[in-house]
Amino acid sequence: MLGRTIARHGLTLIATALLGGLLSATLVRLAPGFNTDEAALDPHLSSQSIQALHQARTEQHNILRFYLHSLQGALHGDLGTSISLKQPVRRLLHDRVPLTLRLVGLGLLMGWAAVMALALTAAWLRVMACDLCATVLTGLLICVPAAVLALLSVLWNIPGALAIALIIFPRDYRFTRNLLDKAYSLPHIVTARAKGLSEGRILFWHVVPSAGPQLLALAGVSVSLAIGAAIPVEALCGLAGIGQLAWQAALARDLPLLMNITVLVTLVTLLANSSADVIGHVWRGQQA
Amino acid sequence: MVRLGKAIALAAFCLAALTGAALAQGQLRFCLRSEPKTFDPLQVEDDASVAIRYLTGGVLVRLNRQTQAVEPGLATSWKISKDSKQITFKLRSGVSFSDGTPFSAEDVAYTVQQLMDPALHSATGDAFRSGAGKVETKIVSPTEISITFPAPVAGLDRQFDQVAILSAHSPKKEMAVLGPFMVADYKPGTTVLLKRNPNYWKTDEQGRKLPYLDSIQLDIQPNRDVEMLRFKRNEIDLINALDSEYFDKLASTSQNVAHDAGPSLDSEQMWFNEVAKAPIPGYKKNWFRSATFRRAVSQAINRNDLARVVFRGHAQPAVGPVSPANKFWFNSKLKPETCSPDAALKALQKEGFHLENGTLKDMQGNEVVFSIITNSGNKYRERMATMIQEDLQKIGIHVNVVTLDFPALIERMTQTFDYEAILLGLTNVGLDPNEQMNVWLSSSENHQWNPAEKTPETPWEAEIDNLMRAQGSAADPKKRKESFDRVQEIAVEQAPFIYLVNRNALSAISTNVQNASPVILVPQTYWNVERLSLK
Amino acid sequence: MSFWRRVACAVLLLVVAVSLGASSLAPAGYAKQDREAAGAPPSHAHWLGTDEIGRDRFARVLYGTRISLFLAPAAALISTLLAALVGGLAGYLGGAWARAAMAITDLFLSLPWLFLLITVRALLPLNVSPAFSVLVTFLILGLLGWTAAARVLCATGGSLRNTDFVRQARASGIRGTRLFWIHVLPNMKPVLYAQFWISIPAFILSEANLGILGLGVAEPLPSWGSLLKELEGLVSVGEEPWKFVPLLLLVIVVTSFQLVLSKQDEVAA
Repeated sequence: MLGRTIARHGLTLIATALLGGLLSATLVRLAPGFNTDEAALDPHLSSQSIQALHQARTEQHNILRFYLHSLQGALHGDLGTSISLKQPVRRLLHDRVPLTLRLVGLGLLMGWAAVMALALTAAWLRVMACDLCATVLTGLLICVPAAVLALLSVLWNIPGALAIALIIFPRDYRFTRNLLDKAYSLPHIVTARAKGLSEGRILFWHVVPSAGPQLLALAGVSVSLAIGAAIPVEALCGLAGIGQLAWQAALARDLPLLMNITVLVTLVTLLANSSADVIGHVWRGQQA
Repeated sequence: MVRLGKAIALAAFCLAALTGAALAQGQLRFCLRSEPKTFDPLQVEDDASVAIRYLTGGVLVRLNRQTQAVEPGLATSWKISKDSKQITFKLRSGVSFSDGTPFSAEDVAYTVQQLMDPALHSATGDAFRSGAGKVETKIVSPTEISITFPAPVAGLDRQFDQVAILSAHSPKKEMAVLGPFMVADYKPGTTVLLKRNPNYWKTDEQGRKLPYLDSIQLDIQPNRDVEMLRFKRNEIDLINALDSEYFDKLASTSQNVAHDAGPSLDSEQMWFNEVAKAPIPGYKKNWFRSATFRRAVSQAINRNDLARVVFRGHAQPAVGPVSPANKFWFNSKLKPETCSPDAALKALQKEGFHLENGTLKDMQGNEVVFSIITNSGNKYRERMATMIQEDLQKIGIHVNVVTLDFPALIERMTQTFDYEAILLGLTNVGLDPNEQMNVWLSSSENHQWNPAEKTPETPWEAEIDNLMRAQGSAADPKKRKESFDRVQEIAVEQAPFIYLVNRNALSAISTNVQNASPVILVPQTYWNVERLSLK
Repeated sequence: MSFWRRVACAVLLLVVAVSLGASSLAPAGYAKQDREAAGAPPSHAHWLGTDEIGRDRFARVLYGTRISLFLAPAAALISTLLAALVGGLAGYLGGAWARAAMAITDLFLSLPWLFLLITVRALLPLNVSPAFSVLVTFLILGLLGWTAAARVLCATGGSLRNTDFVRQARASGIRGTRLFWIHVLPNMKPVLYAQFWISIPAFILSEANLGILGLGVAEPLPSWGSLLKELEGLVSVGEEPWKFVPLLLLVIVVTSFQLVLSKQDEVAA
């Protein structure tokens, strides 16, 4: 049963990633500015050179053909060449993926540690002052633009991962706190409390199993949130990761690079969400 | 006696080496605002790659950024033929590339042939392409070469300031360089590390080997706020093209750090869409194609306020296509347009426009409303556009300000022509009018207000075409100047570009850096990089 | 009604009232450029100083409040409803429905929507009125911002499907849409409130970022987002604390929304 679930998720994952690649390539292709190059504004360039710049993208005009051609190349390990950076996409991704993985991984870890600690305290203690403080703190963090948080991390020499943690923390905290709050107010937990069960036992035996699947889903979603947060953090902190690369590629309408980054991000997002789904499925199965 | 001579020479060499070593110290750090796209000097197109080419490339002649005169580099002397088609260089002997490969005329010939390859589509190469035909190179001797172009090239020697010589034989290809530094390490997205070229040919007046610095670390940092922050923390030593608000803050907190070298060659300008096939209403095309309308808009804009408020006084009201900083080519008879909404309104009324409840209407009763697009993320242009919006409101013109990301803006400007007015800047890296040739020729793709005209659509554009071609083929600088002066006058009379301001060349240099003397020409702060040293 | 909820309601009402009275509180208006006092610190004439081209920051905050305070919650409501419909319904129905809905959600989460927004801008005329541009922007934000919550709601819906009370309701003959609206949706309130609360500031900030694409509030109209963008020049903002006022106001408003909602949730629970 579990094997079938995993296989089904695997198939969905591949199909969705491939569709994601095609859709993102289509979005980039249809967006205005696709067929332009800033270099064409150089007054030194002759008409022939300007025409050559325009023609450089002609093979990308038929998006379906371009996509199939790219897939064919990808099967042989060739991910194409970046138009803006003039380097093989494979090398660019290879150089930058580890940094982003580390940044996003650490950010998620720190963010979730803070989320769980604060949300559990707020839901467990049910002290208004504590909840109010947490609400104001998360309110403050969620209102500060991500770019400002990234700049603060540069200003105070804080690691980029902490900036990512601060970006995802308020977004996940509110969901988590509300879910835990809801779980604590379930009739069987209220009864357990009334019967004098220890708080630890209530938490691990009743609250967590009840809110677990939703929390797992939230954890899965926060991966894509963290990847999104990596863009301003990497761009401002001068960190050479995928986020910075994605931003450069977007500005230059670098189709091969953008398409590969999207497929990669889709795969990571799907992997995180599918893992959350599978664990959630098993969890519910065990509970039943 | 010979032995004594040798001993003295050895002692002198050791002394020079020692003093040189005493000066050859430290690592200079500054930021590149984007990732360099290439290390191949012939394919350079972006600012970051230009910076690396300047620091690593050896050139035959070098334009002195301070005196604006051409000085010998790898060529000790040169001669241009009367018809401006041929240039002959006498080369320095005993020079080697950074990897030890000897330098000779063969390398120059190789570089020129590579550069002029039509398939390369190099901006540096295109600057030499004044006519159809092949470029011939003739190696007279290992230290002499003559290069013949199919058509006259005005300011021929100056153009070689941009041509970094490649080695014809080195296995390291473009990584073997003749400039003061060489690329030692490159961490994509993070840093480029340059180390001093041990084989660099130049020495200072005392015979010490240049450059003084051991290395330069270039950190890739697109964000200017972060760049400023790092400068304040002494993590970097220089900032080129400093923002005016940061200039004031730096100047108020620390002495001798912020430098204003005066108006630069760069101009900020706006123009109207005059393309006949543009997808905009016909009545708007009629306004935009009217010189009176363009001049009236120009007159209604308060340039003094733009310079004073947006650039905090670190800009000058622009006069025309050439900045007053370009001492030789600037037409000193021209003066900046004085702001006069009343005069603008009168001129418009003569053309049939009229004010109705504070709104300007044309002869057919159409309200005068247009949009100005500018590139997003450039706060100065956004502020200028908003101030122009208020200035034009005074004569009843309603302006919508729209910011677009750069590729979308370029598409509207060069392909779909779906815009009404654009506010952008022009970066002039060179002094010679030929640098602007493709902006002024009506047949050019970069003739922004109406690109690639089959034949000039107006008499004044035809006149500009003739004048630009005349100055481009004349050898006499005086005659060239006369032609280009007239081009500037026509540009002001017809206002196809409404020139707004010339930004000052602002920079920041740490007090740790010695021998720095910022100038208006790019690269402002490190133009004399070989002589920079650290305390 | 608890004390804090009353305070939060009062704060929201006050902010609304002050923003509606902007024309009398700041008669100079949000667009007037006092070029002799550009970038000025707070003074009698300009309570919160002026921006870089001499516009009164206090007036801009008040007028910006009108736009952001009404449109951001509206967009948040759209995204919350969409999340409830897509996520909640998919989770409740389960099986292939849930898998398909979640695959679409995952796609939504990973696609570069920036390019859709750029295309939308291209489809709009350049001379579009600022009000229309703002409406379109918030509508797009509302239509795109539902994905994260939908995933959590799908999990919630899945959990609820097999709960005793849903089974009992089903056994007692309540079916389909009625069951979803009456029994499932109210139990998703914690996630829906969180989504609503988070979306408000997120949309306000996104609107400012969309300015770089030519969407959003056009000059000279102010919005909280465009005022918050002043904070990005943080190196200088540290010396000008009055630039933090829009942030403070946004935090107060968002916290008030949260207090109002969380208390409602408690009452409902």
